[in-house]
Amino acid sequence: MNPAQEDILGAVRQWKDAGKDVALATVTLTWGSSPRPVGSQLAIDGAGNMVGSVSGGCIEGAVVKEALDAIKDGKPRLLDFGVTDEQAWDVGLACGGKVQVFVEKVG
Amino acid sequence: MKLSTLDALQAARAARRPVVLVKRIADGEEVLIFKDRAEGALASDAAAVAAGRAALESGKSETVETASGKLFVQAFIPPQRMIVVGAVHIAQALVPMAAMSGFDVTVIDPRRAFASDSRFPGVTVLTDWPDEAMERLKPDPATAVVTLTHDPKLDDPALIVALNSDAFYVGSLGSRNTHAKRKARLNEAGITDAQFARIHGPVGLNLGGRSPAEIAISILAQIIQVRSAQAAEREPRERAA
Repeated sequence: MNPAQEDILGAVRQWKDAGKDVALATVTLTWGSSPRPVGSQLAIDGAGNMVGSVSGGCIEGAVVKEALDAIKDGKPRLLDFGVTDEQAWDVGLACGGKVQVFVEKVG
Repeated sequence: MKLSTLDALQAARAARRPVVLVKRIADGEEVLIFKDRAEGALASDAAAVAAGRAALESGKSETVETASGKLFVQAFIPPQRMIVVGAVHIAQALVPMAAMSGFDVTVIDPRRAFASDSRFPGVTVLTDWPDEAMERLKPDPATAVVTLTHDPKLDDPALIVALNSDAFYVGSLGSRNTHAKRKARLNEAGITDAQFARIHGPVGLNLGGRSPAEIAISILAQIIQVRSAQAAEREPRERAA
């Protein structure tokens, strides 16, 4: 595997090996000008540390919050972000695109 | 994601084996689709397996609505390769940037003083003769080849293998003058004008930079440009979307 490219799944494994709780967020759908393509991933540990990205930094904060909830209740969730969405407006998807992000606990 | 799924994914990626992860959005249940088998909770779900097989062909990740509900299909296709001939100063800038850009990079240079692992940490460095190494690596449509040695006895054999392959990009460092001489030599060696025309030379986009890092950026920029143009040609429908 390419060592210089960010290996998000590798980071997930390392965190799990270190006994941490981990959630994984994946971009599953995009409309319009979204910053990161479908399949982009963000790994989050129980302390809120992040590896990877699901946007240009616009929605990561909101995704981390949901990820921590997913770690607690173990349930996967599908999040919608876009200009028509109140919450997304708050967190500011400035590019005007829309994205759907699937968040799940790992392991 | 189950840990067993994660580990199977990582193993496939390390071995450069294409694999597709299909996930049911409603409950997160998964199946991994390989060329020859399906593994996971949804392995007996016909719709999930069919969606995964299609993605294994297309390489496309997407959300699909099926008889089994909403599925997310994620294709893990092995990264494109970049073969860099010449472990020179420009290569030291190009190799890490190419790796960051998602290329699986191999450096070839039979001169061991250049091709030391310490100059290229974490990257495959081969000290074989370029033609032998290239024959073994077999450039395919997912491979870019760049020669940087300036030395005909190293660059030319590599270029000959590259031009007889389906490499999506072939570039060679050298001035217009050097490139003209190269053409004469390669013609002599049986490379046709049409084959020679595939070489990007002088290599790289004309950004006006002079330093090794700047030249590396111009080369990588050109490779990304060529790759994107070819992808757009293959999928005109998506480009319009």
